[in-house]
Amino acid sequence: MNPIIVDAPPADGTMPILLSRYAECTIWLARYMERIENLARLIDVTETFVRSGSTMNGWQSIIQINADEDRFFARHADATEESVVGFYVTDRENPNSIASIAHAARENARALRPLISTEMWTQLNIFTNTVRALSATDIRSSNLSALCARLKQECQTHHGITEGTFYRDQAWLFYLIGRNLERGDQITRLIDIKYHTLLPSVAGVGSEVDIGQWTAVLRSAAAYHAFRRVVSGEMTPGAVAGFLLKNDGFPRSLSTCLRQLHWAVGHLRTDYGLKHGYAAAERIEELRATLAEQTVKDIILRGLHEFLDWVQRELRHVQGEIAQAFWPPMEPPPPPAPAQSQSQA
Amino acid sequence: MSDLIDRDTARRAGLFVAYDTPDFFCELMNRKDAPPDSLALVRERLSHFDLPELRQRAGAAEAELYNLGITFTVYTDRDAIDRILPFDLIPHVLTAAEWDHVERGVRQRVTAINHFLWDIYHEKRILKDGIIPAELVLGNPNYRPEMEGLDVPGGVYVHINGTDIVRDGDGRFLVLEDNARTPSGVSYVIENRHMMLRVMPDLAAGLDLMPVDEYGLRLRHALAEVAPQGVTDPQVVLLSPGIYNSAYFEHVFLAREMGVPLVEGRDLVVESGRVYMRTVAGLRPVHSIYRRLNDDFLDPQVFNPDSMLGVPGLVDAYRRGNVTIANAIGTGVADDKAVYAYMPRIIRYYLSEEPILSNVDTHICAEAEGLAYTLANLDRLVVKPVGESGGYGLIIGPHATQAELDDFRVKLLADPSNYISQPVISLSVCPTLCEAGVEARHVDLRPFAVTGRSTWVLPGGLSRVALRKGSLVVNSSQGGGSKDTWVLAS
Repeated sequence: MNPIIVDAPPADGTMPILLSRYAECTIWLARYMERIENLARLIDVTETFVRSGSTMNGWQSIIQINADEDRFFARHADATEESVVGFYVTDRENPNSIASIAHAARENARALRPLISTEMWTQLNIFTNTVRALSATDIRSSNLSALCARLKQECQTHHGITEGTFYRDQAWLFYLIGRNLERGDQITRLIDIKYHTLLPSVAGVGSEVDIGQWTAVLRSAAAYHAFRRVVSGEMTPGAVAGFLLKNDGFPRSLSTCLRQLHWAVGHLRTDYGLKHGYAAAERIEELRATLAEQTVKDIILRGLHEFLDWVQRELRHVQGEIAQAFWPPMEPPPPPAPAQSQSQA
Repeated sequence: MSDLIDRDTARRAGLFVAYDTPDFFCELMNRKDAPPDSLALVRERLSHFDLPELRQRAGAAEAELYNLGITFTVYTDRDAIDRILPFDLIPHVLTAAEWDHVERGVRQRVTAINHFLWDIYHEKRILKDGIIPAELVLGNPNYRPEMEGLDVPGGVYVHINGTDIVRDGDGRFLVLEDNARTPSGVSYVIENRHMMLRVMPDLAAGLDLMPVDEYGLRLRHALAEVAPQGVTDPQVVLLSPGIYNSAYFEHVFLAREMGVPLVEGRDLVVESGRVYMRTVAGLRPVHSIYRRLNDDFLDPQVFNPDSMLGVPGLVDAYRRGNVTIANAIGTGVADDKAVYAYMPRIIRYYLSEEPILSNVDTHICAEAEGLAYTLANLDRLVVKPVGESGGYGLIIGPHATQAELDDFRVKLLADPSNYISQPVISLSVCPTLCEAGVEARHVDLRPFAVTGRSTWVLPGGLSRVALRKGSLVVNSSQGGGSKDTWVLAS
């Protein structure tokens, strides 16, 4: 697709210009910060699982979620707490560690410095410096929960500062697109991995242990109280998965992420005349419809894992279509598969 | 002397008890005549600080710089992309009269440089008249034949100029170097002022300091003024090599102060001889480019073919008059250290005026006389390679060992035309917070001149300070720091 040449900026000069590169960096900044928060949540809940002694090799599940088996086992013989936590928090050789992602977030923020507020930059800079200074002591199991809480809080601080200071133009919409793409992706990964590790045998389902585990999953997504408030009756795996997938009021549910994603892509068109996003918008609509027209029971019956896998693939296509629309390669013609130029966990 | 008396003396004399610089000119402490009242007031206020207090404030400033990531990359430090340019919180102060002199001198010099560049890329009168050797100009690696016959808008080649100025033992202002390519450092001038007013509000209170905040607006106006003819609402951009460039912080700062997009080469595209930037809404025209990229990297079709930083076709668009590049291509010939030696003659030639600011005496080793003099006085001179910047590759005779001098003599004889020599200037000093207390350190000054339809000089400029005792090299790449520069309005 050839970019359209706009001959002159609008006469009133009100239409802010957004470089394609800035849009791309904005999406990735949002994704990386969201990814760090989710990783911290995951480590936290895994630590809880393992401490309660009820899961077979809980640490391995983080490696599965991130599809890092090859990279991890090339370096470590066993998935122990020490090796996994080191791998995902401080190991700079691992592109999916918090230290690496924080670095990548800061590099994107550095490219965006002409755009973002000084407060956003300063907090990110301090955060990245802190993360990169973490030592083996900081990630010992006695400190781990506190560390995860701190990491989550820093990410939330970032979101808060961004909410409060980031100028509202197209860049803000791209930021929301990045955040919701990542959040939607991560919630499906969390459900996928936990659903299966928590269903080791038919006998275990519905037992005391099982309920405790699902409580922990909900807590890791900050969903426990909301779930209790709105879902009456038993805490079944189906009810939990259904809540995390389809509850429209919960900010981290898949349906909420998709709704906000759709909203942001739609506003690129209505508020800024950026019509190229139609392919991504259509795909999101399709995703939303597919999610809305099935009950969670249907989804589980047809195969939860396959469904979640499909959602993740569709979200990757959305990212690819947005890239194609707003930062198309100049030459040669675009490859058929949607490309994601930065690392995807 | 007992400890008690010592401390008592210290308290009365304040911060400057151990400060003694009989050999050097010091703006604040040793002006060789009575300081003006406003200056005496600064000195008086400073002397009431005690060392722990000053250190505590310096610590606060450093922490703030670190958190803000206001930094300067040093290429040798591979691990860290960021490094702080140390900030010293005792200001470098100039009086209104001094500034008037410097400002007029800078303006005169920039005007002459622009005349010179127009001439050498058009009629070459100055070469024909034998004022400056033709070979020195036409054979200069920074001379760009691509610029011949190109009429740049307003005749302006050097839109942004930095003039490096020092003061000698008598306080005389001397130009050490012109920076007519892509001079950096102006962001520190403005950031240092903000920092100063936050950390030392009691020092500046009530003083009539000339403001530095309007730089970005002035620059944007100037770049709009020199946009291609017929463009009513020119789009200005700042072209940066990207986040790994040592001055990226400054590029961001200036883009924000000017309110223009910061672009990299890959954001720009040339189609049908016009320059566009890639935006989420498609391609948008660009008319004026403030580039912070050297000539060599601007356009792989014309210069370095391996450059990934530039924009293919940019020079063609430029030659067609569809875009303005600031500074123009080929200005490096004007700030060459060998051409520098001719600058007083260049000023007289084009402006029929005497230079307001003098050069440092300069011996050109390309000339037999200059080489002979340099060789005979190597231990007393500063010898600089003409093609280097940032304080690299120079030798300071009085500070060098015999072995170093011998080595250098060989290098000099192997390639004499690569060198100039100058006497060692007894550089002026400023009180500076050091490990042992407040001590004298050498400083220089780089005022920035912005030229569109006319030339405006930012009051003050970048004051760099050599943090190592006795060191004469103030460059940030060589362990220098910076100070806020105060120009007293009255």
